[in-house]
Amino acid sequence: MTAQEPFTIEQFYKFLGQQKLMAGKCLKCGKIHLPPRPLCDNCLSQDFEWMSISGKGKLLTYTVIHIASEQFKALVPYAVGIVELENGLKIPGMIQKINQEQLKIGMGLTLDFGTCSSPQQWPQWPRYCFKP
Amino acid sequence: MPSIYRHQRGPKVLNGKPLVSIISAGMSKFGKREGLLAREIFSEAAFEAFSRCPKLEPKKDIKAMFIGHMGEAYEHQGHTGSAIADWAGLTGIPATRTEAACASSGAALRSGIYAVLSGLADVVVVGGVEKMTHRTTSEVTEYLAMASDYPFEQWHGITFPGLFALMATAHMHAYGTTEEQMALVAVKNHYHGSLNPKAHLQKEITLQTAMTSRYVAWPLKLYDCSLITDGASCIVLTKPELANKYTDQPVHIVGSAQASDTIGLYERKSLTSINATKLAAKTAYDMAHLKPKDIELAEVHDCFTFAELMAYEDLGFCKIGESGKLIESGQTCLGGKIPVNTSGGLKAKGHPVGATGTAQAYEIYLQLTGQAGKRQVKDAKVGLTHNIGGSGATSVVHIYRGTQ
Repeated sequence: MTAQEPFTIEQFYKFLGQQKLMAGKCLKCGKIHLPPRPLCDNCLSQDFEWMSISGKGKLLTYTVIHIASEQFKALVPYAVGIVELENGLKIPGMIQKINQEQLKIGMGLTLDFGTCSSPQQWPQWPRYCFKP
Repeated sequence: MPSIYRHQRGPKVLNGKPLVSIISAGMSKFGKREGLLAREIFSEAAFEAFSRCPKLEPKKDIKAMFIGHMGEAYEHQGHTGSAIADWAGLTGIPATRTEAACASSGAALRSGIYAVLSGLADVVVVGGVEKMTHRTTSEVTEYLAMASDYPFEQWHGITFPGLFALMATAHMHAYGTTEEQMALVAVKNHYHGSLNPKAHLQKEITLQTAMTSRYVAWPLKLYDCSLITDGASCIVLTKPELANKYTDQPVHIVGSAQASDTIGLYERKSLTSINATKLAAKTAYDMAHLKPKDIELAEVHDCFTFAELMAYEDLGFCKIGESGKLIESGQTCLGGKIPVNTSGGLKAKGHPVGATGTAQAYEIYLQLTGQAGKRQVKDAKVGLTHNIGGSGATSVVHIYRGTQ
């Protein structure tokens, strides 16, 4: 990994497409950003290094969506949640391959790297999800 | 620079003195306003505000306008500031749209306060408008979600009700809050709405109706959600020392604060409270030299029933975790210690997003001038409004004092 890769959301998703979950660590104050950002919101530094994060975490909260926008209509009812990973980092996402009755705050979940969406349109971000 | 302009420094110098005064207010009928464009609905609110204050000469006196409006997508119309001023008969004055999602007109109100306090404009109109009902539910769901984080929330299918459902689930887990307690908010606000001739829905509902409605985003059901509504609202502000030139019954704004938080819900420290509300409330209470117990009535941002419960806690109306008990006690209903959302709230009066902030101010204006009809809170003197944007990345709190 080189230091040249920008600490951006676009780059976060590029890494994700390569099956890597990466956060940005501020070299000045040590704050870890997931997603990475080019300006540390804690100390306002622009100096970061990449840090590999484990995709294993626990479910902090969840919901089951029954009314969705056009784009997600076909998937209802689908579960989404916020998952806490190592170092207290939190990230939201869909929770798949689970019986929705079994969703429980505190349960262990693992990030499943998704595949890239349609190549013609912005954005070309993979849709990761979580599974038990 | 006078310290009153700074967000968290120095507001105590005000000692509860008025920042600005409301001399008039107007609100369109809220509901499904077929065949009308936003600008036409706004003209209804403007006409009421102009008519209510005979001493005001709108074309001569009004020097600026700030209009809350959230989405161009609804009518394929941006540049709303000037469009609204045009249709309100105020062409020529500076007119600017403010956008802070569902807090757009709360932010417009603050912009108006900045304008008056700066001395650049003695009389300003602040308001807001949204025309929503001509769009399908899927379209509205998509447009509203634009107020949330795109790359991690919208991109992964998290809707707006979904974000509040995530907070509600966390609150239920942490404090034992129940779906029934949330439904009680709907029952109360529909009762209040039944007393408001301008509310979108003017019908009482039963607890059973609310509890058996279908899920939108578990644990939130249809009756936990505010309404998709068309509507507009505005208020007219001036300097406190000029207020009596226009009316014998001005309402003073004695506290005004706005705060922000991370755009993504997932990055917040707490999932069971809205920190921006806590920050804004503290500043506004300090400015007004008041405490939560001094507030006699409030219009809070019940975009979802659970959001009203969270507001009780974040505004200090009860202890953290005890909002479920507060709604059960009946104290936030008309006749209680601190009636909340006497207008019917976003739940029953309706939630034309850009219009909501100043529609809350309109209700407090009516209440503090004794013009709230069947839903009048007797002898009310001090009111509060709480207007949040998105999942809480913006919160605007205002405190008002009547003069009658």
